[in-house]
Amino acid sequence: MRYALLALSAAAVLAIAGCANVPQTTVMPKSDAARLIQNLYVWIFWMSVVVFVAVQGVLVYAMWRFRHRPGHAMPPQVHGNTRLEVMWTIAPAVVLVFIGIPTIQTIFALESPPPGQPMTIEVIGHQWWWEFRYPEQGVVTANEMIIPVGQTVELKMRSEDVIHSFWIPQLMGKQDVVPTHVNSLWFTAEEGGQYFGQCAEYCGVEHALMRMNAIAYDRPDFEAWAARQRAPAAPTTDLALEGAEVLTRNACVGCHTIAGTVAQGQVGPNLSHFGSRTTLAAGILENTPENLTRWLRDPQEVKPGTKMPNLNLRPSEVEALVEYLHSLK
Amino acid sequence: MATTLTPPQVTAPAPTPAAPQVVAPRPVTPAYHGFTSWLTTIDHKRIGILYGTTAAVFFLVGGVEALMIRMQLAVPNNGFVSADAFNQLFTMHGTTMIFLVIMPMSVAFFNFIVPLQIGARDVAFPRLNAFSYWAFLFGALFMNMSYFVSGLPDGGWFGYAPLTTRTYSPTERIDFWLLGLQLLGVASLAGAFNFLVTIINMRCPGMSLMRMPVFSWNTLVTSFLLILAFPAITVALILLMFDRYFGTNFYYAPNGGDPLLWQHLFWIFGHPEVYILILPAMGMVSEILPVYSHKPLFGYPFVVYATVAIGFIGFGVWSHHMFTVGLGPIANSFFAASTMLIAVPTGVKIFNWLGTLWGGSIRFNTAMLFAVGFVSMFTIGGLSGVMHASVPIDLQHQDSYFVVAHFHYVLFGGSILGLFGGIYHWWPKITGRLLDEKLGRLNFWLMLIGFNITFGLMHFLGVDGMPRRIYTYSPNQGWSGWFGLDWLGWNMLITIGAFLIAVSVAVFIYNVFWSLRHGEIAGNDPWDGATLEWSIPSPPPAYNFAVEPTVRSRDAFWALKRRWQAVEVGEHHGHLTMAGMPTGEVEFEEAHSSEEAHRAPVDVSSIHMPNPSFFPLIAALGLTCMLAGFVFGFGLSIAGAIYLIVAIGGWALEPTS
Repeated sequence: MRYALLALSAAAVLAIAGCANVPQTTVMPKSDAARLIQNLYVWIFWMSVVVFVAVQGVLVYAMWRFRHRPGHAMPPQVHGNTRLEVMWTIAPAVVLVFIGIPTIQTIFALESPPPGQPMTIEVIGHQWWWEFRYPEQGVVTANEMIIPVGQTVELKMRSEDVIHSFWIPQLMGKQDVVPTHVNSLWFTAEEGGQYFGQCAEYCGVEHALMRMNAIAYDRPDFEAWAARQRAPAAPTTDLALEGAEVLTRNACVGCHTIAGTVAQGQVGPNLSHFGSRTTLAAGILENTPENLTRWLRDPQEVKPGTKMPNLNLRPSEVEALVEYLHSLK
Repeated sequence: MATTLTPPQVTAPAPTPAAPQVVAPRPVTPAYHGFTSWLTTIDHKRIGILYGTTAAVFFLVGGVEALMIRMQLAVPNNGFVSADAFNQLFTMHGTTMIFLVIMPMSVAFFNFIVPLQIGARDVAFPRLNAFSYWAFLFGALFMNMSYFVSGLPDGGWFGYAPLTTRTYSPTERIDFWLLGLQLLGVASLAGAFNFLVTIINMRCPGMSLMRMPVFSWNTLVTSFLLILAFPAITVALILLMFDRYFGTNFYYAPNGGDPLLWQHLFWIFGHPEVYILILPAMGMVSEILPVYSHKPLFGYPFVVYATVAIGFIGFGVWSHHMFTVGLGPIANSFFAASTMLIAVPTGVKIFNWLGTLWGGSIRFNTAMLFAVGFVSMFTIGGLSGVMHASVPIDLQHQDSYFVVAHFHYVLFGGSILGLFGGIYHWWPKITGRLLDEKLGRLNFWLMLIGFNITFGLMHFLGVDGMPRRIYTYSPNQGWSGWFGLDWLGWNMLITIGAFLIAVSVAVFIYNVFWSLRHGEIAGNDPWDGATLEWSIPSPPPAYNFAVEPTVRSRDAFWALKRRWQAVEVGEHHGHLTMAGMPTGEVEFEEAHSSEEAHRAPVDVSSIHMPNPSFFPLIAALGLTCMLAGFVFGFGLSIAGAIYLIVAIGGWALEPTS
């Protein structure tokens, strides 16, 4: 238990560091796959800069050098120069070879089978949240994907409804999540930390609030996390027990699963270890009692259009529920 | 139709034939005044003005939508508009700017300029031309009418299924969108066939294809693209319509449909569409650069071949919009290579434009500023396009603000700047008056600076990981690695840039209204133009050319003017200035009949022109009612169908005069 608390506080520290640091940038890769992309990007970027400077330079020079001046003679009526034109047809083609070859190499590198023994995580896109299933660990969670550092993970992705796109820029480029298709993606996180991402394919009214994050732990911490997730969490305080009552009395159970209880709904996020997550409502709010209270009072106010209805809970019920859900660690 | 198919000639006034099968009398000719005359006109110049005016109004609508988007995104967690409203705004901003602004504004120039450039008196099918306009207008209005029924369409301009199927979009919004697009498709197809036939069949004597002005060439290639691309989206939309109305499952995954079918069909249309949007502007720039450089277009055949090559390759790159859907490494590599290949003919064009400037004597009129701005900005858009062609990079940039930056450099920095150049260049031909150059320069510089602030900074925002189409963001999502600016910083500056563009458009609008009243009278040829449209009065008379011109070279009007000047200057002038005869390689070609025209004016009242007609308007209205019935009740569809059949009958049986 002490160990778990330590890990948790470590995660909280990382979360805060993550927020202040580099949440969603594409140019600070933290995985092998993202680094492959970044290397290619830097190469093509500088090639583009050379072409840009050359073309704009000639343009600006020509505009200045050949500007009209009074008494200017009619310029020679040149109609073209075949040799020159053939040259500048070939030149871009040559430049493109230097862009095309590393491009195709990288495509095949990224789409080849993942190196080593990958760990599989199933990613399921929903309007507007993410489900993560760990078949090897027997764990189901939502909106927060825990991964081990230095371990290649392979994501098998599909959608429950419309097309979404999975994108955590520091870990990997995006991959669409399409109903009836299973797309896959792999990467190996290089260092611990929290990485932010969000759905990148317009998927309906709350597309902007379909966020997520990944937390990379060292291997032992990851195993400890998985072990905790496998064991059902139980409420400890009286208020939390009352919250469990509130949950079973209400419509919550129709949509959500909480391991070891009657709540076995499959529509909404699995809440078995809700208290261990850093964010709430698909990554849009910090998972604090205040924010959870706001959410439970009226989800539509926080996230207009969300599939979770307003259950019109009494303030006392909300208070008990918050205590209960946060006790599920 | 027989009379309109025949190339117009100088004839005696047509005898009024007794028409026993008259369905309705044709409106009186020449109906050149009053409101009704605009409803019945089949004059390509007036239809051009209608297209241009409509597109300009929608430019303001799409612009206001853009400003509202920018207001909402200026700061994080903003509540200026709701999520739902934001999604409607970006859907309609895209749809409006593509289908209701750039396309019709290009068509406005096809209409006004192409027949003049090829020395024709009208298009091949003048009534079909009017029908195209009305179908376009009704399609545009119908789509926007959605606002008053259930809100504006909100599926994105790309309308990805299954989000746009009835299950996920139950209201009529998507119905308005798809039915409106179908109507716009009919208008585009009719217009494209018209210009194809016009350009192939109605060029004046001597104008071989390789003597044809480059803008007309671009119109020809664009017409081919429209004809080949629009059927794909028509099919996609019909399948979506069946899914939505009749419970079929083309796109609905749980019952075996495939959402990627929509994407393939849409982008087989959608990528050529990009060239439909940019080629007309490229054509305008290819006309403007030579005129203000006092030099013919450098490497005309290369530019023409490059245009045709872009048209061909443009059909083989559609999956580069789908690099993230999981097509596999072979397909992705193929489409990466084909997309990069298209940079070759595009590069050729840019280099040939630079070659045109090189060695010229460049006057920086407003039109020229916009044209040079086009070359510069389009190059940036082209370079970021090559970046996206590289699939792995696209995995990061796809659906981020980097892509938004890229395509605005192509469609705004390219198409819109090109169209503004075209407006400043041809305005005097269309209205007979010049736009003010001082205001024009202010318009240009404000737009260029505002544009680069708005869309240039979006590159940074995209690389920082901000996705498109999100109505809000959190303050902690950004990265302040560059210049200390996080998402808030970039977004705030971008919003300021957007308002700068709005100011420049306001200057333009003022310039337009000022010019219409007070603008300097332009005369036939204010810019020393190279092509035939500058040889006739401004605005041109209904019949365009008193005598059908004959051309013997490219840049026919330059050749003719320089021959006149040579005659005036005589042989004893050793040193020739700008006003004189060009030195070097131009071969002087006599344009006999045009010269004849100046000496012996013909009786213009004897020129037979096709008469106005109500039927194009009536037919377009019938078609609109047919489609509107899908929203307002099928009774309307049936009534519309009957109305359409009657209109087609009347159209066919209408007397020729």
